[in-house]
Amino acid sequence: MPTNTYVDHAPGYVDNEGPKIVTSRFGYEDSYTLERSLATGGYEGLRTALTKAPADVAAEVKDAVLLGRGGAGFPAGIKWGFMPPVWPRYLVVNGDESEPGTYKDRLLMERDPHQLIEGCIIACYALGLNTCFLYVRGEMADAQERIGTALNEAYEAGLVGKNIMGTDVSIDVVLHWGAGAYIVGEETALIESLEGNRGMPRLKPPFFPAAKGLYHKPTIVNNVETLANLPWILSNGAQAYKEHGSEASPGTRMLAISGHVNRPGVYEVPQGVVSFRELFYGDNYCQGIKDGNELKAFIPGGASAPWFFDDQLDVLLEAKDAGAAGSMLGSGAVVVMDETTDAVKACLRVVRFFARESCGKCTPCREGTSWEEKVLQRILDGYGREEDIDLLLDIGKNISPGEYPVAAFGKANLEAVPFPPKQTTICPLGPSSVAPITSAIRRFRHEFEAKIAAGPQNDGHSQAPEASTV
Amino acid sequence: MSRLTPENVEVAKEIIARYPRPKSALIPLLHLAQEQDGYVADDAMEHLAELVGITPAEVLGTCSFYEMFKREPVGKYMINVCTNISCQLLGGEELLHHAEKTLGIRPGGTTDDGLFTLEDVECIAACTEAPCLQVNYRYKYKLDNADFDAMIEDLRTTNKDNIPPHGTLAEQRQHIPADKLAGIGSPEDTTTPEWFSKRLPVEEPKEENA
Repeated sequence: MPTNTYVDHAPGYVDNEGPKIVTSRFGYEDSYTLERSLATGGYEGLRTALTKAPADVAAEVKDAVLLGRGGAGFPAGIKWGFMPPVWPRYLVVNGDESEPGTYKDRLLMERDPHQLIEGCIIACYALGLNTCFLYVRGEMADAQERIGTALNEAYEAGLVGKNIMGTDVSIDVVLHWGAGAYIVGEETALIESLEGNRGMPRLKPPFFPAAKGLYHKPTIVNNVETLANLPWILSNGAQAYKEHGSEASPGTRMLAISGHVNRPGVYEVPQGVVSFRELFYGDNYCQGIKDGNELKAFIPGGASAPWFFDDQLDVLLEAKDAGAAGSMLGSGAVVVMDETTDAVKACLRVVRFFARESCGKCTPCREGTSWEEKVLQRILDGYGREEDIDLLLDIGKNISPGEYPVAAFGKANLEAVPFPPKQTTICPLGPSSVAPITSAIRRFRHEFEAKIAAGPQNDGHSQAPEASTV
Repeated sequence: MSRLTPENVEVAKEIIARYPRPKSALIPLLHLAQEQDGYVADDAMEHLAELVGITPAEVLGTCSFYEMFKREPVGKYMINVCTNISCQLLGGEELLHHAEKTLGIRPGGTTDDGLFTLEDVECIAACTEAPCLQVNYRYKYKLDNADFDAMIEDLRTTNKDNIPPHGTLAEQRQHIPADKLAGIGSPEDTTTPEWFSKRLPVEEPKEENA
């Protein structure tokens, strides 16, 4: 029974009402052990899969319309179909979760590593490959510990490795871990990193991972949450899966809702049927904005997503709806800002993230993001110039030409520009830095202008400016 | 300072064996060197180059890209305060400022007693528990100034959570027993796994066009 409260042993997770597909074991304190997993239907999906032909397993996943949970939302079954009939081929699990606001994968890895391992084996079986690399973010020591322990248990029990469950199927899962680089979450950069190189994205084409990935061999890169759905789909069937969520987006998503809400947390939410209004104000979710304040803005899909405002509260958690409204659902990270938020300061903080994390491969991103940061910093410090607002928009145009996606603003009769943005760079990191700028300037231009007009203020910061910009 | 110890060379060899190409093991090996010395020493990088079969410059090239690798000695405890957007909204910058005053150092600096290094870091994936930080990559959630001071006091004295010194990530390593290993082949081996070939759908014989 859902308790609709926080779960003590899984900080941040809220056991709310609704279907539990990937968090079904989170209520158990020992959810990460093999014993608990096996006692609660663990590895049954794999057992079912092994009785079918690999092609039938792949067909089941395709039929379930399992959308990728890493950010792009591309159907996993279709992605798998892009692999040419060439061996060797590899599966790489993207557990390098670092998008600001996101932390569903960490919980899945820490709380239920066996579910993920089972998902990996099912995917390897469907794809006919025998080596899987599980790439966990470097900073997540606890997740590495849990997965390492779980893999040792699973190897010992014959659930991974040679002759899985007594069959002739043999698949290795290797735990790999990173060392602190947001860009490695991009799939081609992840592959570079796994080859032991600097994590810089590769040019696509020709380096589409499904054709030319790890060691230039066909490689599928799937997100942790995507794979964590596979055991349930194989145990219960694609039809049962499609009974949850909407027709276009079956199943559930794990959403981390942080910032100014009464009950921030990670929730498992049916896809496509819940609105942001219900998420923020509903009893089953965040139970209102903090201190009864007014909502100012919210980021619907991680720091890379253009901001939404009160106009967009009734948008459903459906990829095409969010895209048409000018943003994306991305990695399932919702950051809520109330009326007390300084729009310029928040904008600077997000831009600073991209400036620090730019890998430096493409000039527009390497130069542009740090330039944006400098201009925003001087506006915040009260040293901004009148032309700085246009300058910011102009720098943005050099990283992402054309109209940048942005949400509608009813009162000013401004319409939405749909997602995605265009880019002059290899990967979307640089263009993402433009999102907070266009969003904040369109809606809160007066705040930028006021700071420029006011000039240097002694109380412009809660602390000395140099303190946080080292 | 130092090359890998004989025990760690054995660990390194086991890690390298898990990859189709040795260079893929480089990041886990750099972590191993950092676990041994608390930072990645020049000699260690040269040693890794020998073990993996690449040049020391290539090791440095990879090492210098990743923020977690420190090429100078750092404090026993690395305090990473998150100041990204979710934490900023709920006081992450103020917490960092308090940490600076308490420890008397700027982000990037180390206390004179060599115990603490402070860093302001990007999102560490605990956004609903803001403001948060990590001590040697172990989480501390929803801290106010008093919590921070108590934490520092504890680390100076008892270290009740047994947080290992900087460099140690997971204390449990993956170990694949030889008889359980499916077998990690070379990228040049183009054979299809036998179990997969056996399970390919049998193609219906096509009727000949009359």
